[in-house]
Amino acid sequence: MTGYIIRRVLATIPVLVVVALVVFALIRFAPGDPAAIIAGQESTQEEVEGIRRQLGLDRPLPIQLGIWFRDILQGDLGQSILSKHEVSELIVQRVVPTLSLAVLTEIFALAVAIPIGVLAAWKANTWIDRTVMVFATLGFSIPVFWLGFILIFFFAVKIPLFPAAGYIAPSEDFVSYLHRLALPALATGVIIMALIARMTRATVLETLNEDYVRTARSKGLSENLVLIRHALRNAALPIITVVGLGVAALLSGLVVTESVFGIPGLGRLLLNAIVSRDYPIIQGTILIISVVYVIINLLVDISYAFFDPRVRY
Amino acid sequence: MAQRQEQATPEVAKYSALSLRTLTSRLWVLTRRNPTMMGGIAIVVFMAILAVLAPLLNTIDPKEIDPRNRFLSPSMDTWFGSDNVGRDVYSRTIFGTRVSLIVGFAVAIIATFSAAMIGVLSGYYRKLDAVIMRFMDGLMSIPSVLLAMALMALLGGSVQNVIIALCVVETPRAVRIVRSSVLSLREQMFVDAARALGTSPLRILYLHILPNTLAPLIVQATYIGASAVLVEAYLSFLGAGPPPDVPSWGNIMAEGRNYIRRAVWVIFFPGIFLTLTVLGINLAGDGLRDNLDPRLRRRM
Repeated sequence: MTGYIIRRVLATIPVLVVVALVVFALIRFAPGDPAAIIAGQESTQEEVEGIRRQLGLDRPLPIQLGIWFRDILQGDLGQSILSKHEVSELIVQRVVPTLSLAVLTEIFALAVAIPIGVLAAWKANTWIDRTVMVFATLGFSIPVFWLGFILIFFFAVKIPLFPAAGYIAPSEDFVSYLHRLALPALATGVIIMALIARMTRATVLETLNEDYVRTARSKGLSENLVLIRHALRNAALPIITVVGLGVAALLSGLVVTESVFGIPGLGRLLLNAIVSRDYPIIQGTILIISVVYVIINLLVDISYAFFDPRVRY
Repeated sequence: MAQRQEQATPEVAKYSALSLRTLTSRLWVLTRRNPTMMGGIAIVVFMAILAVLAPLLNTIDPKEIDPRNRFLSPSMDTWFGSDNVGRDVYSRTIFGTRVSLIVGFAVAIIATFSAAMIGVLSGYYRKLDAVIMRFMDGLMSIPSVLLAMALMALLGGSVQNVIIALCVVETPRAVRIVRSSVLSLREQMFVDAARALGTSPLRILYLHILPNTLAPLIVQATYIGASAVLVEAYLSFLGAGPPPDVPSWGNIMAEGRNYIRRAVWVIFFPGIFLTLTVLGINLAGDGLRDNLDPRLRRRM
């Protein structure tokens, strides 16, 4: 097990290096002069030069690369061009809203997706199954931001059950913190829910054909016990994997949802930075979000090996 | 994922060996048997017709501003209502179909084509493989909407740049799929036979291996198309897409977001069209996958 973990951790290092390289390259290999792009059209020559110096773009490429890796290994993501704040500090300030929304979304998605996935598998090839599957496909065809606005329209404007936008820190008022995150979590959760429901159905369907499920049924176990203890339990691992992969969709969705519901999280930080071409913030946020994604999938792989000794080989 | 693809290859080889004519008649039979795929294809065809015939469908100039008729509710005259500067939402939505479908098709074709080239090389030449796949893994580790947004921030907003950005984002996953089928194909008897006959590696790659990766690649192309249509709308909506005067669904909704209490129709109708289009492409893709790759049917 330890050997496996070490091997998996080592295998993520090249991926992380490539992510860092891509983020580094994003600005350097832009068509035209990156400093001029960042400065915008109405900037003076001096401003452009200032930005070039601040980002170190006036130095030779290999040296820039060395500095980039040295800085990110020390946790230094540079400074915002506009506000001059440290990018790492800006990111830390924004973590709580994004993390809360992510956790809530994931809880909601799992709570809905697993029961309906199991139901669809149990009723495979009936109208129940087909309805669930069409809705699941619909789930990841709906644009998250549109769903967000439709939810706002119905549940905040027409029937004012929820606030339309905004965020309250959990330390301030925990109940309205949850209340305000409910609609955004629902909007982001639908796409994740659809992914997990499809995977749950597929894997549970596979286990339902296994010999041990037939044995369990023939010894007179109730259908509920068969489904939960035998079928779902053995289908758990692929579901965990899809949860891990779904984090990419989750993170993409959060950027959009935060914009729709006015939640001051990482997504808003990134979006504002893109509008104002504040490149150090763009680089830092994308780097951090991608590293989180890689680490989550590393943990998924390790948990896989933990639950299923065959994977350790 | 990789393992699944490798299992699928013998079936794939059998199907793509069929001639075009038998394939079409076969597809027809399969389509009748598979109503959801049929429904999906019907939606896509319907949207394509809207896009081509947009000027003839009782539309007016989608960019025409008419300040006297702001925020008209949907009615018999203005089917989908009008927006904050009096533009006709129906005309804008119908013309928006063009932008979405152009982006979807272009990205599906370009990304699939580049993925086929890169994937075949990567799967066949071991030394290239390590480098290419690490790079693809890295690209795949950046959530797609974020990478596309960052690329757009640099490239600048235009339909062409959206297509470029989305190709960069979508290619890696398809490369993985091509590569894994190539990995198992190169060990097949017919490849050995070709090699024994002294066929050049390039000829083996493009005559014997590439055609056999087509089935999973076509399926992937549909998913890429669906994703491209959706992400284009995300980019437009977030202000990182084509310029605001281009009537794309995302742009229409981006403007409608500020008037949701007053004119929900501005955001409602383009969203319905967008959802239907993406749903149609996804359903068609699921159907194609079940029929071209029977081994995958029980999964997902």
